[in-house]
Amino acid sequence: MRSNAVELSEGRIGKFGEKYYAGRPQQVLLRNWLSFKSSAWIAVVSGFFEPVLYLLSFGYGIGELVGNISTPGGDISYAAYIAPGLLATSAMNGAMLDSTWNVFFKLNESRLYKAMLATSLGPLDVALGEIAWALMRGGIYATAFTAVIAGLGLVTSWWALLAIPAAIIVAFGFASFGMAITSFMKSHHQMNFFEIFLLPMFLFSGAFYPLTVFPGWAQAIIKALPLRQAIELVTRAMSGEFGINILVNFTYFMVMICVGLFFTTRRLNALFMK
Amino acid sequence: MSEKLIVARGLTKTYGDFIAVDGIDFDVAKGESFGFLGPNGAGKSTTMRIIGATSVRTSGTLTILGKDPEVHGPQIRAHLGVVPQQDNLDNELTVSENIFIYGRYFGLSSSFINRKIPELLEFAQLEEKKDTKVEALSGGMKRRLTIARSLVSEPDILMLDEPTTGLDPQARHILWDRLFRLKEQGVTLLITTHYMDEAEQLCDRLIVMDKGKIMAEDSPAQLIKDYSTKEVLEVRFGSDRNQEMVDVLRPLADRIEVLPDRILLYATDGEQLLEQITAKGIHPNTSLVRRSSLEDVFLRLTGRSLVE
Repeated sequence: MRSNAVELSEGRIGKFGEKYYAGRPQQVLLRNWLSFKSSAWIAVVSGFFEPVLYLLSFGYGIGELVGNISTPGGDISYAAYIAPGLLATSAMNGAMLDSTWNVFFKLNESRLYKAMLATSLGPLDVALGEIAWALMRGGIYATAFTAVIAGLGLVTSWWALLAIPAAIIVAFGFASFGMAITSFMKSHHQMNFFEIFLLPMFLFSGAFYPLTVFPGWAQAIIKALPLRQAIELVTRAMSGEFGINILVNFTYFMVMICVGLFFTTRRLNALFMK
Repeated sequence: MSEKLIVARGLTKTYGDFIAVDGIDFDVAKGESFGFLGPNGAGKSTTMRIIGATSVRTSGTLTILGKDPEVHGPQIRAHLGVVPQQDNLDNELTVSENIFIYGRYFGLSSSFINRKIPELLEFAQLEEKKDTKVEALSGGMKRRLTIARSLVSEPDILMLDEPTTGLDPQARHILWDRLFRLKEQGVTLLITTHYMDEAEQLCDRLIVMDKGKIMAEDSPAQLIKDYSTKEVLEVRFGSDRNQEMVDVLRPLADRIEVLPDRILLYATDGEQLLEQITAKGIHPNTSLVRRSSLEDVFLRLTGRSLVE
């Protein structure tokens, strides 16, 4: 039997994005799975506990002082109030961990993408594979977190299951956008930009309290931020609130996904096909 | 002449004002072992990247197996095995996983790759290390694995960029032996190097490059014949006296080159020339007669040493 590498690549001629896409992003996923199996799982497991710890400490600690919260759907515990926000945050963190630091390392230190792009793979395969991996991580965190809140009795309806697809959309948006920005970063110092941006966004996006505590202009800024959009998307999905509002949140993430994919592919092409 | 796999005409690559490759022409025939010899910055690696369809030429024409890399990048990359100057193995994976996943990047089936892996591990003399993480390998092993990995897709052309730079002499010889085997199997090799001994050992034909231009092109033996004498006499008088001896020695040799630490005298018969010199009462501190090498060819062509 002979290698059919050439025939396979020639089969792509005339197909969608033939210069940038070989139709094999799953091989990039497979590579990450092989690496994950042997060592990377520790980091992945630790990422799951972060939102759970927030839920337990804030939800039950501060919840004791705050008491029940009245919402349009009736009175709920403080832990139940913050759960959707923490879920959105955990999807974001899962996606961002893979699409920022891990991508930066593969891009600049291990030269992994350079090796991939010396084969018949294209930059879009690499971008899609990496983003799919990151969003799987975000999706797994979201699913596990949903199971935890259901176990704690914080879920009031079956709509809560929609938290999972909502969180996957959130993870996709952050993974795609995160990888695009990372591909332009040149040093570790620049990578700290993500931390500078993510922590305040987490604290001020209204995961722990309603946005109405802020003046109108501040609310407007926060509402434009992706984490606020994510919290709204997850909260609305979990409470079965479908309307124009959730559609806006959904569209926001679709734009984020497309813009991120476009710039990642273009940048990888510029970096490795110069 | 046998089938031409690579045809380049007026190949040029510029980065802003800097001309990395300056209008070069060359052909590579099937089964040939073709070398790019030149110092760092001569444009060898840039030329390799353009052939590897990971860099776009500025002007000129280039066809690889009848295809233009600008139009059919992925198709050309499917024909090539690439061994870059800096290893880019997957450190988080084992030796066999590295070969496996690389084959998968080309879209090859798992069953095909799994049949191929034992053969490649044997070739790279890494059977014992198949389940070892790449991180734990020595430099020579990593380079052999990179070559084995690049062979998984059974490439028509294997491109090696400075294959033995950074390796100790023993590891170099093992690697040369492996490359010889590939050459015997009829694999077309493209090699860049700044080591003249490597070029002499491995290349059927080579181009000598400097500052993006081709200075000469031929087989190593023919280049030496054309651009140098049969033998070289190297003499040292100590750094302060070298310069004053030049005028005395110049009429005696066919050609003379003065390096910072020694004088090279070119002649058909080195021993005879040394006798002539001593007969004149000139006694160098040390003297050495050797055969001419590509180093001398490069010196003749550019007035500079290969390794500076």
